[in-house]
Amino acid sequence: MTISRNARLLLASLLGVGLAFIYVPLSVVIINSFNASKTFSWPPSQFTTMWWSKAIENTGVREALKWSVLAGLSATAIALILGTCLAFAVSRYQFFGREVISLLVVLPISLPGVVTGIALNNAFTKQLGMSTGLLTVVIGHATFCIVIVYNNAIARLRRMGTSLQEASMDLGANGITTFRLITLPNLASALFAGGLLAFGLSFDEIVVTTFTAGPGIQTLPIWIYNNLFRPNQAPIVNVVAATLVVLSIVPIYLSQRLSQDTTTGGRF
Amino acid sequence: MSGTVIVSIKGLTRSFGDVRAVAGVDLDIYEGEFITLLGPSGSGKTTVLRMIAGFEKPDSGFIELAGKDVSQLPPYERDVNTVFQDYALFPHMNVISNIEYGLKVKGFAKHECNARALEALKQVRLEGYGERKPSQLSGGQRQRVALARALVNRPSVLLLDEPLGALDLKLREQMQIELKELQRAVGITFIFVTHDQEEALTMSDRIAVFNNGRIEQLGTPREIYANPVSAFVSEFVGQTNRICIESVRINIRPEAITVSKSQTSGNRSLQGTLRDVIFVGATTRYLVDTSCGTVISVVPVGELKIGDAVTVSWEKEKEFLVH
Repeated sequence: MTISRNARLLLASLLGVGLAFIYVPLSVVIINSFNASKTFSWPPSQFTTMWWSKAIENTGVREALKWSVLAGLSATAIALILGTCLAFAVSRYQFFGREVISLLVVLPISLPGVVTGIALNNAFTKQLGMSTGLLTVVIGHATFCIVIVYNNAIARLRRMGTSLQEASMDLGANGITTFRLITLPNLASALFAGGLLAFGLSFDEIVVTTFTAGPGIQTLPIWIYNNLFRPNQAPIVNVVAATLVVLSIVPIYLSQRLSQDTTTGGRF
Repeated sequence: MSGTVIVSIKGLTRSFGDVRAVAGVDLDIYEGEFITLLGPSGSGKTTVLRMIAGFEKPDSGFIELAGKDVSQLPPYERDVNTVFQDYALFPHMNVISNIEYGLKVKGFAKHECNARALEALKQVRLEGYGERKPSQLSGGQRQRVALARALVNRPSVLLLDEPLGALDLKLREQMQIELKELQRAVGITFIFVTHDQEEALTMSDRIAVFNNGRIEQLGTPREIYANPVSAFVSEFVGQTNRICIESVRINIRPEAITVSKSQTSGNRSLQGTLRDVIFVGATTRYLVDTSCGTVISVVPVGELKIGDAVTVSWEKEKEFLVH
């Protein structure tokens, strides 16, 4: 398709405006994390790394980081195991209610976080009599992390088809050996990409976390939210936010690279 | 054909939902033979092959392999190997690892796996390709790797599921000859599934013609071509003329019919007009409109032009399936 010069210019400027809307505010956050003025006067008159060293020393930030990493890793681990099992069941076996299960698994990602949060909070504290803590956060996060892993795994399994597994069994390998030597290696990059995205989702989740964390646990996003309007903490919030931006780029970049690889390295 | 029966199939049936894919198949396959299961798609030939391999369980009936009932055993406990239609090479392994796979999972020592894999690679004339990934090979090369990966296990039976379907015509004809030679060299029983009748005629010791989940005819290529037992077989294997003459329906092959302006050769003849002449490489087909419909001949006598009044004639003895 060819488009006229003017149309191209228009599209390019629209794209520029769109991207600017997203990335200019983000860069302001990053620049402000080096802004020497405590009130973030703009443009910054002086730069400093003081906020960064303060942030590193801040025990609240450290605690929050610890909880975020713990919750993210645990939720991702649960999602990897359950999501893969589910993907196998749905893609390889015929059973009653298969399509319904597939839908129910994917649904939580589109449910409003506030609904999931309230429902889980209610279930944990009222019905089950549990106290909120790390475990409840992990379960809450796992509900949507599973979706990512499941979607990645099922797409790969469908594309793989069944003939590789059949070939392996035909050559003398039983089900377990076939899974270990054939299925898993061909599934690994999809699972890794899914795991990275799931961790990313968990790491910046705030709504479900609010309802499932209870008073004892502050993840990074919650810490930011709680400290945003405290004048003393504002510079440190910028540092934490800047760190989160940079850290978020890594899993997205990696998982995109991995999904590209697999379009050429899969079946033929 | 005689000898030791290596695969014995008795009363085999298999349905998928309401579809009876295999509706009662009995077949004895002899050691060292090249047998082809030939039929249109949906005739049940692939399902029979998959049941021999162990990917499908029969609803009823038995499959005996070397005298032992294997119909309920999983694929990895059967002494058969399969060459798949899409080759199913393991994309994350190089060629040598693909070939070694079967020996490795059966617990052979590393050096033996390697030595036998290299030998198998040589057998399919792919020396030096061991380090390549399957994605770096052409279709024909993948085909050979798939063959080597199966044959290296020295199975008592090799199953081939339309393995040449994805190759272009030239390569397919070359592989047909190679496969036949390879089968003679290794002496393993080959069970070959195809819908291509020419392929079946070229390669097989015997052909089982499948239709609607049953074997319609079993015999050598020559028997099946010369004496088809049904209209289906006669039309599916080779070309045939179905002519109604003196209120009797007969079948006759195009190569048994002579077309000429004046001469008749044989004790049957029909008058007609030459409608078309179709050049198909090795032969030329002459389409003649007669009072009994269009008759195809491939044996012209003298110069013929489209529109000529001609006579088609044949020996009554060459007719088959006379009703």
